[in-house]
Amino acid sequence: MNNWIAIGTLEDIPRQGARVVQTASGEIAVFRAGDDAVFALANRCPHKGGPLAEGIVFDHHVACPLHNWKISLENGEARAPDVGCARRYAVRVESGSVWLDIQGKADAA
Amino acid sequence: MTPTTEIAPMKEKLVVIGNGMAGMRTVEELLKLDPALYEITVFGAEPHGNYNRILLSPVLSGEAQFDDILLNRPEWYAEHGITLYAGSKATRIDRVHRQVIAADGMAVAYDRLLIATGSRPFILPVPGHGLPGVVGFRDIADVEVMLDCAQKYRHAVVIGGGLLGLEAAVGLVKRGMTVRVVHLADTLMERQLDSAAGQMLQQELESRGVEFLMGAKTKEIIGRQRVQGVLFEDGREVSADLVVMAAGIRPDIELAKAAGLHCERGIVVNDTLQTYDPRIYAVGECAQHRGQTYGLVAPLFEQAKVCANHLARFGIGRYVGSVTSTKLKVSGVDVFSAGDFLGGPDSEQIVYRDPGAGIYKKVVLQDNRIRGAVLYGNTLDGAWYFQLMREGADVSAFRDSLLFGQAHLGDAGHGQHSPVALMADSAEVCGCNGVTKGDIVHAIRSKGLFTLDEVRAHTKASASCGGCTGLVEQILASVVGSDAAPADHQKPLCPCTEHSHDAVREAIRARHLTSIAQVMRELEWHNTDGCPTCRPALNYYLISTWPAEAQDDDRSRFVNERLHANIQKDRSYTVVPRIWGGVTTPAELRAIADAAEKYDVPMVKITGGQRIDLVGVQKEQLPAMWADLNAAGLVSGHAYGKALRTVKTCIGSQFCRFGTQDSVQMGIDLEKFSWGSWTPHKFKMAVSGCPRNCAEATIKDFGVVAVDSGWELHVGGNGGVKVRVTDLLCRVKTAEEVIEYCGAFMQLYREQARYLERTAPWIERVGLDYVKKQMVDDAANRAALHQRFVAAQRIAQHDPWAARADSAHRLDFVPIKDLTPSLPNAARA
Repeated sequence: MNNWIAIGTLEDIPRQGARVVQTASGEIAVFRAGDDAVFALANRCPHKGGPLAEGIVFDHHVACPLHNWKISLENGEARAPDVGCARRYAVRVESGSVWLDIQGKADAA
Repeated sequence: MTPTTEIAPMKEKLVVIGNGMAGMRTVEELLKLDPALYEITVFGAEPHGNYNRILLSPVLSGEAQFDDILLNRPEWYAEHGITLYAGSKATRIDRVHRQVIAADGMAVAYDRLLIATGSRPFILPVPGHGLPGVVGFRDIADVEVMLDCAQKYRHAVVIGGGLLGLEAAVGLVKRGMTVRVVHLADTLMERQLDSAAGQMLQQELESRGVEFLMGAKTKEIIGRQRVQGVLFEDGREVSADLVVMAAGIRPDIELAKAAGLHCERGIVVNDTLQTYDPRIYAVGECAQHRGQTYGLVAPLFEQAKVCANHLARFGIGRYVGSVTSTKLKVSGVDVFSAGDFLGGPDSEQIVYRDPGAGIYKKVVLQDNRIRGAVLYGNTLDGAWYFQLMREGADVSAFRDSLLFGQAHLGDAGHGQHSPVALMADSAEVCGCNGVTKGDIVHAIRSKGLFTLDEVRAHTKASASCGGCTGLVEQILASVVGSDAAPADHQKPLCPCTEHSHDAVREAIRARHLTSIAQVMRELEWHNTDGCPTCRPALNYYLISTWPAEAQDDDRSRFVNERLHANIQKDRSYTVVPRIWGGVTTPAELRAIADAAEKYDVPMVKITGGQRIDLVGVQKEQLPAMWADLNAAGLVSGHAYGKALRTVKTCIGSQFCRFGTQDSVQMGIDLEKFSWGSWTPHKFKMAVSGCPRNCAEATIKDFGVVAVDSGWELHVGGNGGVKVRVTDLLCRVKTAEEVIEYCGAFMQLYREQARYLERTAPWIERVGLDYVKKQMVDDAANRAALHQRFVAAQRIAQHDPWAARADSAHRLDFVPIKDLTPSLPNAARA
């Protein structure tokens, strides 16, 4: 069961950056990597809850602004030897619009 | 007949001969760079996974088990898809058909071949050297023979009084044998120690029950079924049930030689570790690079890194040789040596000798730079001397107390003060992350760590403020036994590149590079996006070198500098308006109070820098709050940035009965002059109106202290992680001079310090004399530096709050979509 919502255009998200979607169950960070790939994760670092949307985005990773944990945008996993996982959400881009599924989990990247 | 199947994907084949530390380190480095590039096959003569050969001595003496020193277990090879033939010796390299043939006739094809066969103990070719009971001290099988003998027999003879021989001797004594060490030279460890230290070592080992036969040349090993004794040239004879040959090692080059590869003492390799056949690489003890062969772990790891880089087809790393230090791993006997410890006619020696306490220290200097050192009895400062040596640091400033060690430097030493060997395991090393010495030692041992970065990743020690980095490095050196970390000035900026900070900055200047993408392209970054370590550094180097041309890249700034506020643990932010020289007005205070009430600020706090923190502001509210503060004339205080922070002042001559100059006005003038500038790290100033120094100017990056005749200028102070009192730069007469010197100093720091290097460690690195030469003695250069600072300020000096309070930047602060509480305006697919 998908629940796709248009959240804005790709251009609304800075390249190597992120924007936040407010939902009833918390914030979702929508990232746009340097190669324009788009990802969505719960905006909470699995370590101490840092806002991942404010981190430096590099390749398909983001570095949490609080303690520099590196989180994979593709699967939400922290880079070893740190251990933890941020929840992923399905997101896609269609003719410049970004669609987010705030209920469904993303398929394995 | 190859073990690979025909349907396997067309990966290139890498074959590694040698399953030891050098070979596997190279494979590990390669897997980090590109895990999928090669199909890897490893031949190892020994029937185990790769283990830490350095730690054989503790296994012999009973302080460690074999299991403790395993680095790569069989599962590791399987996990990484590596075919391991353990216990299968490669016997021939067929370069024409590009295959390696093993003892059992199996052939494995290669596209690239890595030879890491290491070395063999040199067995004296005397009669009887092949008798049972004669062993080298090279691998775990040798240790097993020695342990077996120790159970059955009494007398051991160790031939060779070098590092390995002595470790073997002490281990065998601990196992209950009587041990005689036979040494050709008159001094033990003569390649590492001078005769004074060698004699102290000999006495210490004698007191532990080791006997020595010095100047003794072995003639024959006697025995029928097995070894029974050793006969010397001078006719002496001793009985022996075990003879350990520790008379040196020889690079194991038989295979390479037979394959027609050019060999001298070792297999000759170039700076990318390739042999004369470019498909074939050699690393570790078997390789000879620029005429040198190495038998220590640190150079071998440096080689592994470069070799892996080339195998991964980056091909930009170069190995240029290593400076090494050695440490004897016999518990309770502390010996350290590095570099040219004997000295010559053009060098000087400083010696400290206390035979009663068993302490001997010698440092060899040339032009006030350390060339080498020998330490006996107290080696705590070995890592420090070694670092000074590799950095080529000028030690003239503390030459008179050099031998008393780093701890003795007190204020001048921006280093740690607690020697690691004396620390209890429960002692906290990293105060930020609560990591004890015991945690670090355990991680190093159990996880097989060798570098600072690895210790950081696994323990978090020194991963936050970095204040304990030196301590962690010393602990690493004391456990691993040899310092594996390269000197700072050649350390790559981050894993994305092989280039150091200094090399990157020089390239930006010399090649006129003006964007991050251009730097990464020109300097062949390993990836196009960089990482959170290199991007902020590159951004700083670009905007400080080419302020008018380089575009400040928001996306390469940490959140604080991007949002111009300090992020807090609960995701709120702190707003700190600039309060010039710490002087404010009722109107400004009213505006701050109004903003605090209007935006529900949970905490209003007076800072140490004479201004006011508004703590706990939500991100969405920042632009509106800034607009309100701007309206009252308040601008950003850059409390969040690697930038000019505050200029703290005392009351000064305007009101103070002791004041000699108007420190308040000077503070305001300095802050108005320098605010908005970006610096390698945060930069703090203070101005005191008299030598009572109430503004605490002597722990600031740039401190001004008024005296009756003018102003004293102090630099390089620090009140944070490591307190450091400033150095006096000079005295000047006029206020204009203070401003000019301030600009010149900030610019010199901006242009020359590495990113994230405070003025205190920077000055300790380059020396106060250097700074004086650049900007005190050389008036023209001072003026030029000042001018460059002023020019950069024309671009940098604008209020980031005002810029972001407008609509163009507002998007950064608001959600792209608000789906609470229900789903208003939601378009559905």
